[in-house]
Amino acid sequence: MEERILYNLLQVVVVVGLSPLVGGVLDRLKEIVQSKRGPSVFQPYRDIWKLLHKDEIVSEESTWLFRATPYVAFVAPIFVTLLIPVLTRYPLFFAFMGDMLGGGFVLALGGFFVALAAVDGANPYGTMGASRTRMVGFLAEPVFIIVFFTVSFVAGSTIPYIVQSVWINPLSNFFAPSHVLTMLAFLMLILAEDARIPVDNPSGHFELAMIDKSKALEYSGRGAALMKWAGSMKLFVLAIIFLNVLVTPWGLAESTAPGEVLLAIPLVLFKVLLFLLVLVVVESSLAKLRLFRITEFLGAAFITSVVALATSASGI
Amino acid sequence: MGAAMTPYLVHLNAMTGGLFLLAAFAIVATRQMSACLRWFVAQSLLLTASAAVIGIGLGSGHLAAVAVITFLTKVVVTPWLLRRTVRRELYSRREISQVFNIPTSLLIAAALTLLAYGVLYPVTALGVGAFAAINLPVGLAGLFLGAYTVAVRREALAQLIGLLGMENGAFLAAVSIAHDLPLIAELAAAFDVLVTALVIGLLTRRIYDRVGGTSVGLLDALRER
Repeated sequence: MEERILYNLLQVVVVVGLSPLVGGVLDRLKEIVQSKRGPSVFQPYRDIWKLLHKDEIVSEESTWLFRATPYVAFVAPIFVTLLIPVLTRYPLFFAFMGDMLGGGFVLALGGFFVALAAVDGANPYGTMGASRTRMVGFLAEPVFIIVFFTVSFVAGSTIPYIVQSVWINPLSNFFAPSHVLTMLAFLMLILAEDARIPVDNPSGHFELAMIDKSKALEYSGRGAALMKWAGSMKLFVLAIIFLNVLVTPWGLAESTAPGEVLLAIPLVLFKVLLFLLVLVVVESSLAKLRLFRITEFLGAAFITSVVALATSASGI
Repeated sequence: MGAAMTPYLVHLNAMTGGLFLLAAFAIVATRQMSACLRWFVAQSLLLTASAAVIGIGLGSGHLAAVAVITFLTKVVVTPWLLRRTVRRELYSRREISQVFNIPTSLLIAAALTLLAYGVLYPVTALGVGAFAAINLPVGLAGLFLGAYTVAVRREALAQLIGLLGMENGAFLAAVSIAHDLPLIAELAAAFDVLVTALVIGLLTRRIYDRVGGTSVGLLDALRER
């Protein structure tokens, strides 16, 4: 029992500690594709360190929401980390505290606070970004729900640890259409949820076109550091849910031996690297969509998930 | 074929079925003409794959021949014919007008798919075999979506692709239930598709040359208004 609590905390340490690295590697890979040198993969750590040592300026007009939001946004992915399989195939201490829907709610709570704080700062760009994020959010919601239905229909459960072993048990399940199409729909969902191309340009600096980043424009110092860190943790957590729960549990520790759990860390990072390569290909080969075309992109994701549900309902 | 391979083949066939359905949705919703044609080629390729997988699964050399015929006529010759006969300007056009906007269209298409599943549920519940349980509803849905494409698209070429998509859907359903159709019938059906594509392609070209456009919605009167 003790080791299960310990491994659960180790998961949190891995997610908190390595998520800036994942962001840095993603940026570096994109720079390489664009034939640029680009900063080191450790640049996000330096940015966060620098911001943590700077003075924070908070508008006098803002309320407690603005001050509390960086902490809420920072803590939400940590709570989700406690629920999902990051390193192990067997359930850990907190695994049955909440299912996939619970994790989705906790992540959405962080997003909700960030949107409120963006409005609270009274920066017009922040308000615009918040309303656009809500627009993308409510279009992404049905996709999430249908993916959730499909998964619970196929696996008979919504606890991530049970879902993950269904896809390879027997191995022919890996090729089931419900699995392949659910992966596809969830990948599109990640692109929308994490504000990646084609929904939003994460490296854009033009405020009028921003969706996601404009919400954190008002933050400085420690608040900005936490918001930046929370953003990279959210991407890391979504990638982990995608890779370990929806794709395969390969590379995760089978037993409670400490060596095997530690070995799972590089294996999971390797899987994340493969995911980042897919993300780089998507981001480098597509253009950002016009705002009102986003409905079509998420409509396509919705259809994909509905087809996944329909094919799984026919018993295959 | 060994029994150990069968679950893989069933799932592989199911996956081609799912992707086939996605391609049918893409034909409904794609704006660009050339992308629409590419999706049709992808759909035909998936039809070929399904025929080949079922052929392996049932050990039927006949279905392998069907796969080869489908590949040659629908993946190679029909797109080539359409590219040759129809003017280039039609392919470079980005926006093609539809009766509904695209999200509405997708929702109606999703409803049609569920209708296809609902209509065939009594049939598949009888136990028609693992291959037909996937191919029958997907094929019927492909048929519906093709008909829907013909109904809502206003461009002649897109309507032709919808028609060919209908044919693909009917074929996908057919390969799973009629394994032993005489080869001559398959050949005749394949040749029919080619002739349809050629005739409509040439007709589209003539209309384009005479009228300067192929928007069917504007062609409902004999004289210019």
